Amino acid sequence: MSAADFTRLAELFPHEVVTHSYVQDIELPAPAGQPSPGTFALITLDNGLDHTKPTTLGPNTLVELGTVLEGLRERASRGEIVGVGVTGKPYFLVAGADLSAVKNLAEREHGLWMAQLGHDVYGTLANLGVPSFAFINGAALGGGLEIALQSTYRTVSTGAGALALPEAYLGLVPGWGGVYLLPRLIGPENAVKVMIDNALSNNRTLSGPQAFALGIADALFEPADFLEQSLAWAAKVISGEAMAERPNAVDPAAPDTAARWSSAVAAGRALVEARTSNAAPAPGKVLDLMEANRTMTQAESAALECETLAELMQTDAFRATVYAFLDLVQKRSKRPAGAPDRTLARPVTKVGVVGAGLMASQLALLFARQLKVPVVMTDIDQARVDKGVAYVHAEVDKLLAKKRISADAADRTRALVTGSVSKDVFADADFVIEAVFEELNVKKQVFAELERVVTPDCILATNTSSLSVTAMAADLKHPERLVGFHFFNPVAVMPLLEIVRAPRTDDAVLATAFELAKSLKKTGVLVKDAPAFVVNRILLRLMGEVTAAFDEGTPAEVADNALRPMGLPMTPFTLGAMVGLPVAQHVQESLHAAFGDRFTVSANLQKLIDNGVKSLWAPAHDGSQEIPESTLSLLSFGTSPSTAEEVLRRTQDALAEEIGLMLAEGVVAGSEDIDLCMILGAGWPLFLGGITPYLDRVGASERVNGKRFLAPGTASSPASGQPAGR
Amino acid sequence: MSQSPNNRERSSASTRTVRDVVFVDGVRTPFGRAGDKGIYAGTRADDLMVKCVRELLRRNPSLPPERVDEVAIAATTQTGDQGLTLGRTAALLAGLPRTVPGFAIDRMCAGAMTAVTTTAGGIGFGAYDVVIAGGVEHMGNHPMGSGADPNPRFMSERLVDPAALNMGNTAENLHDRFPSITKDRTDAYAVASQGKFDSARRKGLIQPDLVPVATLKPGQGWTLNTVDEPPRPGTTVTDLAALRTPFRPHGRVTAGNSAGLNDGATAALLASSDAAAELGLPVRMRLVSYAYAGVDPEVMGIGPVPATEKALKNAGLTIDEIGLFEINEAFAVQVLSFLEHFGIADDDHRVNRYGGAIAVGHPLASSGVRLMNQLARQFEEDHSVRYGITTMCVGLGMGATVIWENPHHAHYSGMLTGSSAEPATTEPASEGAA
Repeated sequence: MSAADFTRLAELFPHEVVTHSYVQDIELPAPAGQPSPGTFALITLDNGLDHTKPTTLGPNTLVELGTVLEGLRERASRGEIVGVGVTGKPYFLVAGADLSAVKNLAEREHGLWMAQLGHDVYGTLANLGVPSFAFINGAALGGGLEIALQSTYRTVSTGAGALALPEAYLGLVPGWGGVYLLPRLIGPENAVKVMIDNALSNNRTLSGPQAFALGIADALFEPADFLEQSLAWAAKVISGEAMAERPNAVDPAAPDTAARWSSAVAAGRALVEARTSNAAPAPGKVLDLMEANRTMTQAESAALECETLAELMQTDAFRATVYAFLDLVQKRSKRPAGAPDRTLARPVTKVGVVGAGLMASQLALLFARQLKVPVVMTDIDQARVDKGVAYVHAEVDKLLAKKRISADAADRTRALVTGSVSKDVFADADFVIEAVFEELNVKKQVFAELERVVTPDCILATNTSSLSVTAMAADLKHPERLVGFHFFNPVAVMPLLEIVRAPRTDDAVLATAFELAKSLKKTGVLVKDAPAFVVNRILLRLMGEVTAAFDEGTPAEVADNALRPMGLPMTPFTLGAMVGLPVAQHVQESLHAAFGDRFTVSANLQKLIDNGVKSLWAPAHDGSQEIPESTLSLLSFGTSPSTAEEVLRRTQDALAEEIGLMLAEGVVAGSEDIDLCMILGAGWPLFLGGITPYLDRVGASERVNGKRFLAPGTASSPASGQPAGR
Repeated sequence: MSQSPNNRERSSASTRTVRDVVFVDGVRTPFGRAGDKGIYAGTRADDLMVKCVRELLRRNPSLPPERVDEVAIAATTQTGDQGLTLGRTAALLAGLPRTVPGFAIDRMCAGAMTAVTTTAGGIGFGAYDVVIAGGVEHMGNHPMGSGADPNPRFMSERLVDPAALNMGNTAENLHDRFPSITKDRTDAYAVASQGKFDSARRKGLIQPDLVPVATLKPGQGWTLNTVDEPPRPGTTVTDLAALRTPFRPHGRVTAGNSAGLNDGATAALLASSDAAAELGLPVRMRLVSYAYAGVDPEVMGIGPVPATEKALKNAGLTIDEIGLFEINEAFAVQVLSFLEHFGIADDDHRVNRYGGAIAVGHPLASSGVRLMNQLARQFEEDHSVRYGITTMCVGLGMGATVIWENPHHAHYSGMLTGSSAEPATTEPASEGAA
């Protein structure tokens, strides 16, 4: 085969942004006192666009690269060149396969071609007849890093970031040779770390020095003259004056390797089970391939990789992942639906936080760190104020100890956060947020006091999770200045911010809230003032269903594990304990008050709260978990237990119903915002596409609402209009 | 921080000793032709500079980077990629420790030379042990005179003929002043410069000073620039006779008998002789004296004559004792006026043995160190020569000259690296000078 045989595939993508393969002949610099080792062909992968448009590998790009490499193989056979290098435009080697192209491969056969095309091209690179070198100048993800792995030698820049094989995260496998080459190059344990642990840790990537330390690259050079030094090193390698050391490389045929290999795979499987409950196929497939390929030739492995890729590309899990990753996390999060013109935003030069409890202190730290403006906290007595400020200072010290910030930045941040028992300190604040007790009258009183102190255009914000922002604004002199600003716990980690527009909130206030969200490095999603907004409403509907099934007599083990097939980050009962049972119950009561029996308030849960039980589950002696007798004795159960399948289906239907109602109420602009909120606010997995692609996939949308949330093909196979059962 | 414990010559409050200054090493980028088609079109000037600074450190691994006391970098147009205090930015971008300071300096064509002499003065005075001095000019990014705003008084009070702001005109003026220097002679000199440069390159005398520079061009990909772009080997007098005289109808100055418009950067490592000994740095030249002089701006090309006379006087030397001349070839007429003044033949073997700027190019503020690089290599080649000069003319009517001593000469007066450190004489080249 040659790359040209794939022209038919390439023609399916006439609008691909092609990353070109430009070749320059270079006379290699002579190592001291020697003649030049000869002519070196350097390929630059460049799409001609600036650094905001990463280079990617689509079918046309690969056909061009393959054709160029075939030409170089010819030249090598004629003795015209002594080596071939591949590097990229500034900041990228190449960012990886063109996901928007891959997602549009409608037929399994096309996916197979795409997989085979990659192997054909990379196979040429690996068998040029002369050594090949990848000079990893910047990001190299997935197929980008596999170009480097398929080269004979690799150098990497200390300035390069974003080196990874994120396929397991995206619903694929590193199937252009990565899964075969990486364990051989850096050892099976490190390969599992890169392909599984990093990928499933929300797509953690390696820096250049980390990649070098693992053995992914043979040499490390600084960015200022990275390419010059890489070429000088290549010259030395070609002239025999330097060689790659590769201390972590393993021989799969060596006697001790088999055991290491299988224990690394087993460790990987345990990790996948823990992180995803095996709810998505890709991570397991990565390990299947790695397990199988230890005794395979590269060609045998390649055939298996291609089949696996072709199969995965047609799964709805993969398409939901691409929808969630590209359309939501990468695109929609940057252009919030319904946000007013950003030029209306007002500057925020001082922030007030009412309250000095844990949530308030987290907010103060975030504002001070990200906005770098004075932040003042108030509370009812000096002791509480001091405790809040002390918390912030202690958190700053932790950041300093971890070298996350410099000593100067720590000093600056500490100095920015002060406290007071008088709200007079808010007189010159531009934005004051309350994080006091979740009680409407308390909050209304706070805002009434604030209005007596603050300037007329100071924005007032509430971090309420379940109270009505509209009701809070009712008695304000300037209700147009109140906005809901709902963070998620832990504030420093969770990227979502629900920005709540009450009926009278004005555009300038809302625009400021969105600009503020961006400055805080959070993704703001506009939501209407409705009970519990988006994330908590969905989470509590889910927890309510599972708790109800438990209360009806379903064994705890069955009820709490019924949602495993969804691959959520934690079980409902664990989530409840993490949130805090009283908090969960409080929100549930608000939702019950607003919506009635869709949100059932559990009497059993109330008994736990009344008796100070913090979690249904407690650690058992054997390391598993159990419900202690003392807890069980508090509870009473019905006599209609459900199976796990029934609990799952009931929950799916409940979610479909609730989301259908939310969209009908206009809580958000579209189901995409629901999905974005669940990904960023609850950590729900990409392979669910947030949630609505999953509900479409399992047929819940059709069962409950009579229609899908998303058109077939948006986050699913174009042909998968039919529900596929569970 | 950089006070070396065994630095006995370091001045103190009560006594002061002038210390010897040595040229340790010098490098440059390959020079490019300015303009859209040149090798450095789309490349930043400060990036060129950084390559040189890093190469100097790489070539001299015994020098701890924190021992560099100053980074002085010249550019004529100090805006954009040549702005922001180049010496400091180049130091930071090159990865030198933040404790290493830097500054920017300007004397147009003699920028790098002035960076060398100014920091050398600091070494002699005891303010520095080790410095990096160099220059850069990206004449594609910064066409000559761009952004300048000459004071109207130059014209209204006839302080300077406005035509003198154009260097080509001043070269024509020099022809007027010295009618014996004909176009035939300047063309012949230019052809010889191309020939000498090509011959030196073929002998491998040019390449060792060059640091390769990778560049990226849209639609072409990365390439590596390892050789000078301006030279036109094989140029003949017939070729040159056909060229236009852009500065005057029927004039004498052409693109062929002058330096081009170029992009490039240079950097040199200088040290006190005792710091060089302490750090095991090679001594390639010893600074003997230097001088700058002013002349009529309208004939700026004659500047090297008074500058050289002054430098010779400072050193107590005569022109006959100078065995090698590295004179910048801004214009052939300016070189010939210098040679004629001192009674040296146009084709004297002591002058620009490796050719000059007419062949290799003249990225204004960078050229001074290129002259030093070439003189240092000639010193290594020819131990019979004791003294050499680097000299150049400067816009607005100036000349610049530095006299150097060859450490390979039998009667070398300075301290040799690694030898037991006798304090170097502070008397300038006394032997034979009287």
